[in-house]
Amino acid sequence: MKILVCISHVPDTTSKINFTDDSTKFDTNGVQFVINPYDEFALTRAIWFQEKQGASVTVVNVGDAGSEPTLRKALAIGADEAIRIDATPTDGFFVAQQIAEIFKSGGYDLILTGKESIDYNGGMVPGLLASFLDIDYINGCIGLEIENNNVNASREIDGGVEKLSASLPIIIAGQKGLVEEKDLKIPNMRGIMMARKKPLTVVAPLESTSTTQIQNFEKSAEKSACKMVDANNLDELINLLHNEAKVI
Amino acid sequence: MSVLVYADSSEGKFKKTALEVVSYGKAVANQLDTELTVVTVNATQPEELQNYGANKILNVNNSDLNVFNAKIYAGIIIEAAFTSNTNIIIVSSNTDGKYLAPLVAARFNAGYVSNAVEVPSNTSPFTIKRKVFSNKAFSNTVITADSKVIGLAKNSFGIKENPTTAEIEEFSPALLTSSIKSESVEKASGKIAIADADIVVSGGRGLKAAENFKMIEDLAEVLGAATACSKPVSDMGWRPHGEHVGQTGKPVAANLYIAVAISGAIQHLAGVNASKTKVVINTDPEAPFFKAADYGIVGDAFEVVPQLIEKLKAFKAENA
Ligand SMILES: Cc1cc2nc3c(=O)[nH]c(=O)nc-3n(C[C@H](O)[C@H](O)[C@H](O)COP(=O)(O)OP(=O)(O)OC[C@H]3O[C@@H](n4cnc5c(N)ncnc54)[C@H](O)[C@@H]3O)c2cc1C
Repeated sequence: MKILVCISHVPDTTSKINFTDDSTKFDTNGVQFVINPYDEFALTRAIWFQEKQGASVTVVNVGDAGSEPTLRKALAIGADEAIRIDATPTDGFFVAQQIAEIFKSGGYDLILTGKESIDYNGGMVPGLLASFLDIDYINGCIGLEIENNNVNASREIDGGVEKLSASLPIIIAGQKGLVEEKDLKIPNMRGIMMARKKPLTVVAPLESTSTTQIQNFEKSAEKSACKMVDANNLDELINLLHNEAKVI
Repeated sequence: MSVLVYADSSEGKFKKTALEVVSYGKAVANQLDTELTVVTVNATQPEELQNYGANKILNVNNSDLNVFNAKIYAGIIIEAAFTSNTNIIIVSSNTDGKYLAPLVAARFNAGYVSNAVEVPSNTSPFTIKRKVFSNKAFSNTVITADSKVIGLAKNSFGIKENPTTAEIEEFSPALLTSSIKSESVEKASGKIAIADADIVVSGGRGLKAAENFKMIEDLAEVLGAATACSKPVSDMGWRPHGEHVGQTGKPVAANLYIAVAISGAIQHLAGVNASKTKVVINTDPEAPFFKAADYGIVGDAFEVVPQLIEKLKAFKAENA
């Protein structure tokens, strides 16, 4: 099985979010970048298939040279090769068009992605890929088994779980549950050494379009201070929730 | 040219998100000075949508569609868009909506914006405010393509009545095929799902043991709320994993989120920031959650929560 794992290079969850250039650009100053947490679940599952069932794992990212440490980390975790499509991604439409090309030329059986990236939270790349490539996809996947061509997966639904069956090729957009958090792979010394020798190919982007454009960013409004209520005056809390917040 | 909304239902009944997305669709249609068409699947009372501004309702009745399939449902929306000659399609950014929206967008070469929080601030260029960076900021995004797909973030617009008289049509689109088969659907029965809940009561590690979550359940019951927890709580097996909210767990966009004995770590807040009103009960006045909360009580959960339950019962009895 040939697996392609999409890796988004995102600010670490604890990053302070600031903007520059008249609020038109994300301020990367002092920000540490990581593998998108949802993609980490996908990558770990891919490595599981590689180790337990035999599979090759290619990671792909659309990004400038700044993403290379993130791709090297994915290689250190166990991916066999990495591809960087050398472009600054403008939106999910653009990213999906680029990755679709890689899929078409690479003879892959499975694409694993996260359900969304935690920076722009678009949640569109897996679905767009499915459309561009005309193959099925499962979103919000929390369990995945593959035997031969048969795919058994589960996805989270509102208030429950749905079990699904499908066949390869397929696109799986994963989240927590795809693997246990304690099983998430972290690079060890040997992996880091080996990653240096693994291929990281840089390819030129193909001509493609964006369908959206970010005009500017706004930070969430400063919240007004928390109103403190005395623990011995719960009637006051109920009063505030009923009359002021109007939520009960 | 009209605006098309997909209103989703569960076992024939419209979800709250459906009524919200129709209310929103009406506002967008008004802005563009056009009509609102709504497509629904197996709704038992499609006419209910007249209350929220639908001018035309395309109702698909087909028992093969009782179980959601993103590709097939996207196909229905696509055909409805052709039928009603629209290029603005609106869905909820709920679990199923996020699954199918990109499929619809791809078909139309549309610009797709998920997690929108307001009606467009401008319709030329078509500019929408959406949540980014896990609710820590917003972007004003212009959809440059002719066709547009908007995903509306839950509880961001609200349900607004807007009575109209709608034309209701049986709609029988050709169905796409999908290699994905649904084998089983398991719902946690009798419990309110976090995603649907208006009120969520959540407990953290400060509650010290699984059995102490009984009071969280009791508090939730008085309020008709869903229960939730912080990550360490589900990691320790005190509560099921499906209840863990936050960055790596479920997102909560409730009207009221009550956090009991939760410190308010940044990863937890990332998942609950979108809730309207947040109440925090914590022994530690320095707990970071107080900075994010609207109302705070410094106090011991073991004393405060049982009292709160009693007082709420009395309040409910009075206001019933
Ligand atoms: C990559 C990553 C992702 C993560 N994702 C998530 C996530 O999705 N969701 C999540 O929740 N966490 C997540 N975390 C963990 C997060 O950082 C915190 O560790 C976690 O949220 C803390 O949970 P807690 O507040 O329940 O526990 P604690 O930090 O132990 O806090 C317990 C609180 O209870 C209070 N308390 C104690 N006794 C009482 C009492 N009797 N009455 C009232 N208050 C009392 C204490 O003052 C304290 O504030 C993540 C961490 C990482 C690194």
